[in-house]
Amino acid sequence: MEFAISVLISGISVGGQYALIAIGYTMVYGILRLINFAHGDVFMVAGLLGIYLSASLPLYAALPLVLLLTVALGFCIERAAYKPLRSAPRMSVMISAIGVSYLIQNTATYITGGQPMTYPVIPFLSDTVVIAGTPTKWVTILTPFLVLALVLALQQLINHTKVGMAMRAVAKDFETAQLMGIRINSIISVTFIIGSALAAIGSMLYFTNFQAITPTAGALPGLRAFVAAVVGGIGSIPGAVVGAFIIGICENVIKSTEFTVFSDAGTFALLILILVLRPTGLFGEKVTDKV
Amino acid sequence: MSGSILNVENVTMQFGGVVAVDNLNLEINEGEIVALIGPNGAGKTTAFNVVTGVYQPTNGRVSFLGETIVENHPQGKMKKLYKGEHAGEYSHVLAPTPDRITKLGMARTFQNIRLWKSQSVFDNVLIAMHCRTHTNFLAASLRLNHKEEQEQRDRVAELLQTVGLYDVKDEPATSLPYGKQRRLEIARALATDPKLLLLDEPAAGMNPQETNELTAFIGQIRKDFGMTVFLIEHHMDLVMDISDRIYVLDFGKLIAHGTPEEIQNNNRVIDAYLGVAEDA
Amino acid sequence: MIQQRSKKGAVTAVIACAVLLAAVILLENISLLLPAGSVPNVLKPTSQLFAVLKKGAVYSLAAVSMNLLNGFTGLFSLGQAGFMLLGAYTYAILSVPVADRAAVYYLYGGSAVNFSFQDMFGTIFGTEGVGGAVSLGLGVAVAMVLAGCVAAVFAYFIGLPVLRLKSDYLAIATLGFAEIIKAVFQWQALGPVTNGANMIKNFPTFSSFNITGADGTVILRLSTFFPFLVSMICIAAICLLINSTYGRAFKAIREDETAAEAMGINLAKHKMLSFCTSAFFAGVSGAMFAMFVTNAQAKVYTTTMTYEILLIVVIGGIGSISGSVMATFLYVACSEWWLRFLDNVTVINGVQLPFLRAGFRMVVFSVVIMIVVLFFRRGIMGDKELPDLFKKRARKEGTGK
Repeated sequence: MEFAISVLISGISVGGQYALIAIGYTMVYGILRLINFAHGDVFMVAGLLGIYLSASLPLYAALPLVLLLTVALGFCIERAAYKPLRSAPRMSVMISAIGVSYLIQNTATYITGGQPMTYPVIPFLSDTVVIAGTPTKWVTILTPFLVLALVLALQQLINHTKVGMAMRAVAKDFETAQLMGIRINSIISVTFIIGSALAAIGSMLYFTNFQAITPTAGALPGLRAFVAAVVGGIGSIPGAVVGAFIIGICENVIKSTEFTVFSDAGTFALLILILVLRPTGLFGEKVTDKV
Repeated sequence: MSGSILNVENVTMQFGGVVAVDNLNLEINEGEIVALIGPNGAGKTTAFNVVTGVYQPTNGRVSFLGETIVENHPQGKMKKLYKGEHAGEYSHVLAPTPDRITKLGMARTFQNIRLWKSQSVFDNVLIAMHCRTHTNFLAASLRLNHKEEQEQRDRVAELLQTVGLYDVKDEPATSLPYGKQRRLEIARALATDPKLLLLDEPAAGMNPQETNELTAFIGQIRKDFGMTVFLIEHHMDLVMDISDRIYVLDFGKLIAHGTPEEIQNNNRVIDAYLGVAEDA
Repeated sequence: MIQQRSKKGAVTAVIACAVLLAAVILLENISLLLPAGSVPNVLKPTSQLFAVLKKGAVYSLAAVSMNLLNGFTGLFSLGQAGFMLLGAYTYAILSVPVADRAAVYYLYGGSAVNFSFQDMFGTIFGTEGVGGAVSLGLGVAVAMVLAGCVAAVFAYFIGLPVLRLKSDYLAIATLGFAEIIKAVFQWQALGPVTNGANMIKNFPTFSSFNITGADGTVILRLSTFFPFLVSMICIAAICLLINSTYGRAFKAIREDETAAEAMGINLAKHKMLSFCTSAFFAGVSGAMFAMFVTNAQAKVYTTTMTYEILLIVVIGGIGSISGSVMATFLYVACSEWWLRFLDNVTVINGVQLPFLRAGFRMVVFSVVIMIVVLFFRRGIMGDKELPDLFKKRARKEGTGK
């Protein structure tokens, strides 16, 4: 029983961290129809920034700076690698995303020398707490609540502000939104900024739990978060969050059995099952091709 | 003019709560040119899509050359939602994909031109002949089908000459002027060796001169290929000029059917097109 | 008229391939012809040049098979690494000599498959001299064909549920299958067959094709020739397919599915054909990749590998076979060879050059990739092929007169 609870708690917690990454994927996809393969690496860079900055600055200065720099990185990636390709076929943009991911990983390898780095201990978050008889870190308990709060705030932003309305319009119909005088480029930038900021927060939570950061540390969580976004129906924010919790829990349940090798495979099996049953994910809108 | 080639029986197409085509019945005889007209949104293209297998009708039956090709009855959620008639009359479910129907001998064009854009004019027609090839995958890859391939190429050349596109055969399809693209789409449909040709607004976006050419062209096809033609069209000159019979749809329902003269003088058709004054 | 031209083209192509193969043989045997002291470093058998040529040959087949699916049929699939893995393992499992099995599978107390094609043919043709060469060649060939077949059969069963999915969903589902395959092959329970997470080795590799004399010295090197030959045959087969009536149908599906279906092309059947064919050749290239790295290990066939091949396809031009091949060699040479110097700390005139240290090569390489992606959107070749370029020139000259 205690074991089950601890598995469930860590599943929910990891799921929450994936949710923060998945939102970045899903929002970008909703607007640009682009799988932003570089997003997982932005997440990894946020982790590395946390290490480097906290080495020379006190935490209360370092963490906001991490957030800011990650946002700047996300913004720059969009401006440098995606914006020039706005009129190009979707495949080109996706390749550009893979290229950026490649560049970030290789640069990180160059700078860190490829050695795993250890994430700093953030006081309080790393402290141990005992829940239902199992010791765990505070971050595990806090993550789901923080995620819910952030998602609610994001939903408010999207549903009740002018920027949010513009974002919804752009997601619905790119060209028409442009004709209606919405400044597409700034809306897209906002999307990337929000996505990167959430990824930065996610990185603080995630790497407090899994402290070793290698240049490819972003790839797997990124992939899982992306799977979560697809499971939830890519383009839908509530979908991404629900999907992320499902993926997180599944992964931890499989890890707790003897089939640990299959923790990622299981995630993908779930993904394929959902796609076959509901080709556009749990919350995705059905698109029909007009003849 | 002999027996019927296409028979649409009590076809209803309902999307959710919206009935796009309501209890449609129509019949096309061999060698005829039949037009389906009606105001925008009357359900003409939907009817086409049901006949060619793009949509599965909610209820009803379509027969082609005396054989049932499409049949359905309201199932699942539709059982409750269904608003049409004749719900209990059909029990089979038959929903072939469009390619099967094409192989049976029915070919269509599209309202918004759907050519294979980067392929040449020649290849567009050649690809349409693929559905009639008998060679299997391996034999075709190993070039064991020389004879068939050559035969097809000759037929494409011949077909392009007939429709007057031979001189542009190596151009990419999209570089053609609009009128010729329409013509190419019809040529492509003819290449599948159909018995019935369905044209979805072939004159859409054409100027009067192009429309006149098209009218002559459709007449020529009927003469040269002995083709039966079923078309949707808004250009009344064209419709009245070449159709043997006309069906009129409004709000999914068939409101009139007859020869061009009968339709021209039918009050319900005039009302449907011009609207009826509320207080009349 | 039309036929004559295509015959002439075919003859030219065959001649070009033969010349290229001859050049490869010459290149790798030059070091044997020249006196030992005067062989330039580049031409020594251990040179990066040959590693690049071998890897290029392997990857070009992988890239072309991916292009068949992504470029010519318009199905965005990311399962390439998974199919390569299937090919690599099938080849490895069927090729490790029975005598070596106990050593390779020592963790599992020997292999469950006590059979290898080379041994089987060895009992027929003998294991020494010409007979040995025949049994090696046949053993490798049969195992490679089977490698392709296994990948194709898996593709069939994967394709049944996923080929109905559209664009990105198809991509992520195939990627998922590749990951699942990878996990299954690392599973301890299958150890006696797949050797678990450990590598399978000791099977015939490219250098097994070098012909050695009685004293063990190499008389004729064929280790680069062999992958070139196999890739060339496979790519030629793909070319033939693409220009056949089925290949044209694939292109029609790529350009407009609805129109293709309305013109009588069975979407499910043709997509499946393309998917399985692509998987078949990916399997063959996987088998060759195993030969290249001299082992088969599941953890190598990652999504990164798929991305790499996808990058190559796009850099070469989506829908261009010759583009894919050229891009492969450029890509491999650039990443493995030409930029090597960037990884070395270099001191010139007592001044250490900035930035140059381990890892810098890959940074520069990814910048180069980004520049290509951003400024040459349609890749090297767009959707044209090499012969097209000559044809255009010929036509221009013709009109000039």
